[in-house]
Amino acid sequence: MNKHTVVALVQDRPGVLNRAVSLFRRRGFNIESLAVGHSETPGVSRMTLVVEAEDVEQVTKQLYRLIEVLKVSDVTSDPTVEREMALVKIHAPSGSRPEIVALTGMFGAKIVDVGYNTMVIEMTGTPSKVENFIEVVRPFGMKEMMRTGRIAMVRGAHTHQAPADATESGNGHATAEAATLN
Amino acid sequence: MPNQRTGAQILCEALIRENVEVMFGIPGGAIMPFYYAMWEYRDQLRHVLCRHEQGAGHAAEGYARSTGKVGVCIGTSGPGATNLVTPIADAMMDSTPLVALTGQVSSLVLGKDAFQETDITGITMPITKHNYLVKRIEDIAYAVKEAFHIAATGRPGPVLVDITKDALQAKMVPNWEIKLNLPGYKPNYNGNRKQIREAMRLLTEAKKPLIMSGNGVTMAGAIGELHELAERTGVPVVTTLHGIGSFPENHPQNIGMPGMHGWVHVNRAIQECDVLLNIGGRFDDRVTGKASTFAPHAKVIHVDIDPSEIGKNVKVAVPIVGDARNVLRALIEELPSREALAELHGRASDWLEHIREMQDKHQHKQQYLNRPDTTNLMPHDVYAALTRFLNARGQYRVVTDVGQHQMWAAQLMDWLKPRTHITSGGAGTMGFAVPAAMGVAIANPTDTVWAICGDGGFQMTNQEMQTIMQEGLKNVKVAVINNGYLGMVRQWQELFEGKRYSGTPLSGPNFRLLAEAYGWKGITVERVTDVEGAIETANATDGPVLIDFRVEREVNVWPMVPQGKSIGEMITGTPQA
Ligand SMILES: Cc1ncc(C[n+]2csc(CCOP(=O)(O)OP(=O)(O)O)c2C)c(N)n1
Repeated sequence: MNKHTVVALVQDRPGVLNRAVSLFRRRGFNIESLAVGHSETPGVSRMTLVVEAEDVEQVTKQLYRLIEVLKVSDVTSDPTVEREMALVKIHAPSGSRPEIVALTGMFGAKIVDVGYNTMVIEMTGTPSKVENFIEVVRPFGMKEMMRTGRIAMVRGAHTHQAPADATESGNGHATAEAATLN
Repeated sequence: MPNQRTGAQILCEALIRENVEVMFGIPGGAIMPFYYAMWEYRDQLRHVLCRHEQGAGHAAEGYARSTGKVGVCIGTSGPGATNLVTPIADAMMDSTPLVALTGQVSSLVLGKDAFQETDITGITMPITKHNYLVKRIEDIAYAVKEAFHIAATGRPGPVLVDITKDALQAKMVPNWEIKLNLPGYKPNYNGNRKQIREAMRLLTEAKKPLIMSGNGVTMAGAIGELHELAERTGVPVVTTLHGIGSFPENHPQNIGMPGMHGWVHVNRAIQECDVLLNIGGRFDDRVTGKASTFAPHAKVIHVDIDPSEIGKNVKVAVPIVGDARNVLRALIEELPSREALAELHGRASDWLEHIREMQDKHQHKQQYLNRPDTTNLMPHDVYAALTRFLNARGQYRVVTDVGQHQMWAAQLMDWLKPRTHITSGGAGTMGFAVPAAMGVAIANPTDTVWAICGDGGFQMTNQEMQTIMQEGLKNVKVAVINNGYLGMVRQWQELFEGKRYSGTPLSGPNFRLLAEAYGWKGITVERVTDVEGAIETANATDGPVLIDFRVEREVNVWPMVPQGKSIGEMITGTPQA
């Protein structure tokens, strides 16, 4: 099965995330990564999904069935900027710190917390670079790790924007609470 | 404060604004404020108290399917709402416009496992077109408007509106200045011109073209357009289970129903055709058999209002997303020159003749109906008599349940008009017919409504006979095809499981006495010679009537495509058991 990166613009309404995810579950499509957050338009969120599916056209068509879904694009073969962030907490006794600091610098990662025996490092980059970094620091002793999942944006002038009328105004349901995508 | 209304009053007024005439439901704790308010509006909003929420849901479906309007059903929170799940799923599968209104526990205790709390929006998420949890009185009017709009437009479907009790009880001055704002919901009604032209080109060049008409044709009100396209091109037409009535079966170009229990010549025609124009059908697996072997020589043109249906089951050469009526009109506009059309017509009639020759070689309708033996009562005798009778009278609707009797009705009766054949096709819900017939009877008081049931499915929802009685619906007649088995399952066990009749022999009470207990007229028929008389009596009786047809017990539905096989591989069996 092939991996596909799908970007969807959705209205911020209660349950929308749940609806999208449950739709994939029902069809037996496996979601490998999912990232959601506000977009440039108030009341509209942008989701990036990485899905394993034979037939990605069915994935996008199914998403369009949801009332809140404004636009879906399969960007798998488009030139995109893809990013992911990871926070890793590693075992870092004083003896290994110089090496960790050096590695962090080489990857362009950031040390964001230093504890008695630990360090928290923030790594942002392409998913494969993040992956590499994690493998490199893993031998120090991985205490905790968290990844955001992938976000993707098409390069150049081409944009994946919501239709102009897709704002929250006049919509009885776009309450502040709804905007949390509960 | 002047003009303040409770949420429940606003709900009633919102329903009246949507032209709701009748609602089917059962009250309870969380929905009580709505019933309290309903009393004031009882002249405008008729409420039918059902005996089970499943009955309420199917009744609303029957109302909707026979009229094209949105059906409305009501349940309280928790078990009331979960009892609506089956009809909601049924409506989803058959694209029936339905609005289900449920009460929910107060927002103050929501999520705390309060008495009769169930996450009905969570439960129904995959079986509704859309659903709402409304927690604020301010949102009621908007949610109702949106719900009706979504249920009725595009590909119709069920929408659930779950409203908390405190929202129903709160008060405010209603604001009816509602503008729908659904930027993500824009059904595409007009098919793409280029694709329509391409479709017409394929059709014009075809040697063996076929039109398949599905439920979408009826729902779009495209009967006239289909007729025109078919007649002007001469192309033979097949009508799917839900397409029955979208093209009259007595029309010389209608070759019949395809699929698992379709006619051999129809399935053969599909396997032979070179262009298949499917309008408003979704290539259900009961139609296609093994999808990879379906219509192997055909370029498929698929017209559907729901883009996600196109290419889902069958590979499509020309996808057309749009409303069946608009697309058919556009196809007619694109008809080729007179000469080309005459040529197409010529090829289509040769092809039709070939199909009719295939038909003569295999059993079909007439062979089943004209049986010489008149000793034991066969299901076919009932259908033959009922068809003769109904054709003579005209004004009727038939609702069928699920099982063998459903397939026989589809095969053996003469379907001439849209929305006269109402059945649960996609979900195959036993227990559908009696309550659905109630909804049909309310919507069509001048028609006689026949519910045809198996003895199994009948026993699932027959308590709605009392609702029918209480509502004074004199135009409902029930025919039970009583074979003492869960017949369709027994047939599979006979054919594929060495006659291990596990869990299928079935007893019932004396249905005639049961009918009488409900205040209905009950008739038992055991002999062929009594069939016609019973039907005449039922029709002449000014009130609901049940006829218990005690038929030969082990009769099979033929022909049949075994599960998972190609529709080219039909078992034909014998016309009589
Ligand atoms: C609610 C439900 N339960 C089970 C089934 C499976 N099923 C399909 S047909 C059938 C037998 C129906 O028997 P009956 O109602 O007596 O009708 P017949 O086939 O004998 O005409 C069953 C059990 C179903 N379709 N619906």
